[in-house]
Amino acid sequence: MAEDGKQERDRPWIMRTYSGHSTAAASNALYRTNLAKGQTGLSVAFDLPTQTGYDADDPLARGEVGKVGVPVSHIGDMRALFDGLPLDQMNTSMTINATAVWLLSLYVAVADEQGVDPSVLRGTTQNDIIKEYLSRGTHIFPPAPSMRLITDLITYTVDEVPKWNPINICSYHLQEAGATPTQELAYALVTAIGVLDAVKATGRVPESEFGKVVGRMSFFVNAGIRFVEELCKMRAFVELWDRVTRERYGVADPKQRRFRYGVQVNSLGLTEQQPENNVIRIVLEMLAVTLSKDARARAIQLPAWNEALGLPRPWDQQWSLRAQQILAYESDLLEYADLFKGSKVVEANTQRLVDSAWAEVQEVLKRGGAVEAVESGYIKQRLVESNAARLRAIENGDQVVVGVNKYMEGAPSPLTENLDDAILTVDPEVDARQREALGRWKLERDGAAVAKALAELQRVANTDENMMTASIAAAHAGVTTGEWANTLRQVWGEYRAPTGVAGATVKASGSGASAEVIDRLRARLGDLETRMGRRAKLLVGKPGLDGHSNGAEQIAIKARDVGFDVVYEGIRVSPEQIVASALEEGVHLIGLSILSGSHLALVPEVAERLRAAGLGDVPLVVGGIIPDADAERLRREGIAAVYTPKNFELDNIMSDLIDLVDRQHAAE
Amino acid sequence: MPPSDLSDDARLVMSADKAAVSRALNLVEDRRSDAQARVTGLLAALKDAPKAAAGHRVGLTGPPGVGKSTLTSALARAVRRRDRSVGVVAVDPSSIRSGGSLLGDRARMSFDPSDAGLFVRSLATAGEVGGLAYAANSAVRVLAAAYDIVVIETTGVGQSEIDIVHVADTVVLVIQPGSGDVLQFLKAGIMEIPDILVVNKSDQDELAQRAIADLRGALRTAHAAGAGRGQDADWDTPIIATSATKGTGIDALIDALDAHRQHLNAMLPARRRQGEVQWTLDLFSRKHGEHGLATLGGVARLQARAKRDLAGGDTPLGLCEHLSREYVSALGKTP
Repeated sequence: MAEDGKQERDRPWIMRTYSGHSTAAASNALYRTNLAKGQTGLSVAFDLPTQTGYDADDPLARGEVGKVGVPVSHIGDMRALFDGLPLDQMNTSMTINATAVWLLSLYVAVADEQGVDPSVLRGTTQNDIIKEYLSRGTHIFPPAPSMRLITDLITYTVDEVPKWNPINICSYHLQEAGATPTQELAYALVTAIGVLDAVKATGRVPESEFGKVVGRMSFFVNAGIRFVEELCKMRAFVELWDRVTRERYGVADPKQRRFRYGVQVNSLGLTEQQPENNVIRIVLEMLAVTLSKDARARAIQLPAWNEALGLPRPWDQQWSLRAQQILAYESDLLEYADLFKGSKVVEANTQRLVDSAWAEVQEVLKRGGAVEAVESGYIKQRLVESNAARLRAIENGDQVVVGVNKYMEGAPSPLTENLDDAILTVDPEVDARQREALGRWKLERDGAAVAKALAELQRVANTDENMMTASIAAAHAGVTTGEWANTLRQVWGEYRAPTGVAGATVKASGSGASAEVIDRLRARLGDLETRMGRRAKLLVGKPGLDGHSNGAEQIAIKARDVGFDVVYEGIRVSPEQIVASALEEGVHLIGLSILSGSHLALVPEVAERLRAAGLGDVPLVVGGIIPDADAERLRREGIAAVYTPKNFELDNIMSDLIDLVDRQHAAE
Repeated sequence: MPPSDLSDDARLVMSADKAAVSRALNLVEDRRSDAQARVTGLLAALKDAPKAAAGHRVGLTGPPGVGKSTLTSALARAVRRRDRSVGVVAVDPSSIRSGGSLLGDRARMSFDPSDAGLFVRSLATAGEVGGLAYAANSAVRVLAAAYDIVVIETTGVGQSEIDIVHVADTVVLVIQPGSGDVLQFLKAGIMEIPDILVVNKSDQDELAQRAIADLRGALRTAHAAGAGRGQDADWDTPIIATSATKGTGIDALIDALDAHRQHLNAMLPARRRQGEVQWTLDLFSRKHGEHGLATLGGVARLQARAKRDLAGGDTPLGLCEHLSREYVSALGKTP
């Protein structure tokens, strides 16, 4: 290396775009154009039915097919998804968790059809169930069988697909759920420890080979707008992982101790107001994970500037890809050695994070480890509390968000002149077409082979044999995603994770303007209780398969804090369940949260069922990523209020909700 | 509301019409003074419902985090499989600061929304000392008129099960392996011995076995010290290991509940009467305090009076109103 830190130009990270929608064929076309634009890896977004193990014809899949990703129901879909894309040349990341074993099986089966040996396949299965319980909500099974699926996939790939990253431990979603950098570090590490301990406990990996498993662990990290702290966080990760792998697992080979991670920068901080500013945020966040050569991401995917408005179009995604390409190829970043070695500020901050995160790691281990701390609700509760604090800081202006709580005035943006064209809309017919295609698939396959494959799956699920072999056979036999998952549901049951809201502590209203607002809201609810005879009761419902529960949780906590009795049902409840709960609980008001874009299918259905149950008078409000035109339509259909990320002032929402209950009471 | 409506409503409740049950529960939660007479009337009309006499009121209590909601959910589903209907009252604490509450039980429950034989209502304690919600007593009586089994689920060890003893025919205490406090409370006789002990989260055999052995020991110590339910010396508290998430031990729990219900058979009316006497006195003292109790002759006398009047057909709410009137007129006579 030269005196000036110049070195041979580093190899750039893998550039991906998280994408997939509508159908396998449409997504295949998108992948081809993305690769032609210079993208160097694929990142498959699956739709929610695929992620949660339902076929398109399942009632729970209503409105969700092809929405947030591509539906993959069977080997035919997987074949179409990679049509003309030789799998031995791809590096494919799959955001898939509860059904990871199944989707990898389909991938291996398609590779087999292409004449590609599994040993050359490269890519990543996310396969991290802990953060699903905590934040993302696409889990299916209870913790024990879920951990078993994870270890099955890991032990299979270590032998058969050695270049595969079998798991991507996600601190990404922990940050979205409110984690501070310390919590993000700590909970990702305890998850990794939980997984490695579980692999060890299977006894399938000889002691001498264990370093190989450790070496295949990879991480999926978030980078937020406080990019100096985020940069230090990444350096802390490197140091802490080195410590864990050395001290806990005795890994000698430094290569196997390397902290390997991919990044999606923070989508949560993207704003609906002045959305063009998001491009700047995205670039700053990317710097946090690229500037340090010693802690640089191996793969990056960037969100699009308009994600808070709806689904991004190919052009929006291209803009984000170009940002990566300019940094990697146009700038001189990759010509230098690590820029921060010896920086007092960076090193001190890194050390602070290492110390605080290590203390929290010990706390969780003391509580029995990651799985225990999920089941007891400990981690979830900590996250919910941090998130509430973060939102409060934005609401009272302590945390500046340009265009949102400061510098709100601005010239109209030509980019959003025609808002309905500024996002992608999924053809509403996709749902029906996928159902039809699925029906044909079921008719045309060999029914006896399917039955045999499912019986074998069931048998293996009851033993401790690896699920991969039976799943690959089932993939070849034409089994569907729903059939695979339902077979296992019957053996293992389903799991509803702690919501973390009940135990979250109420913050004292303290003093100042915001305390006065809270006191006023509390007084109004007290007065309303006197007049109604009962305390105002709010049902917070999350219909559909979307598991991003942070918004619903924060509304539930805030409503409790201003004095509502709040019934919160957790994620994935059907419209029927919401209406049954509203009836049995005698609520005065219902709030729905939907982020998957399926609001036009789900909200009117809830409203219709409420009317049929004689509850047509109960005001219904909805929050989510809802384009203006859709919001207009929902209001016309009698929805009392529609909230989007623009409405970050929870106090105002609370005030509206109290108004609604009051007005309804006056009308009765 | 005219009286005919009330009996219509009562009839609908007895036929387990969900909308009517929900309305009745809204009514018993209503604290406005003009609602009181209707509540009294409704509960009087439901008093002799066929389901109420034959049914079973189960109190499920235990420290936070032992999996009571998941257990309630598993229990309710298993009871439904035996073709009996279930009503659940889930009680959660209200925040002292805001008065609001987070009623989170439904989040841990999975149930079929089209099932007419299952009803779940969450109630907030709304500042009640003692753990049970203001309306819990009345709510249990509404559900008991509509469903075969009523489960009332509360959190706590110590205070709230004193309340729950007066509402439930059978008290189930749920703990998990490693609940040392409960053992100490039991041994020291600080808490009443429950009718059934459940060790939930018994996935890890060794831990669960040890927990059960420890509980056996604690029960022996408690018995030796003379603790327990005086009127029921010949019931041996069973200890049942369950895993609500895996669904194991749930059938054994139902069998134990049935056995206890069977065991109670002859003494059940007396036991429920005792609970009603207590409820009457609670209601009265909540309104009029120590002074009220003293003015009407003290606790012992009022207990005897309540026992007699309730046997004569009065209801706790009705009797409480009589007593209130007597107190107020007695007040008028004192200088």
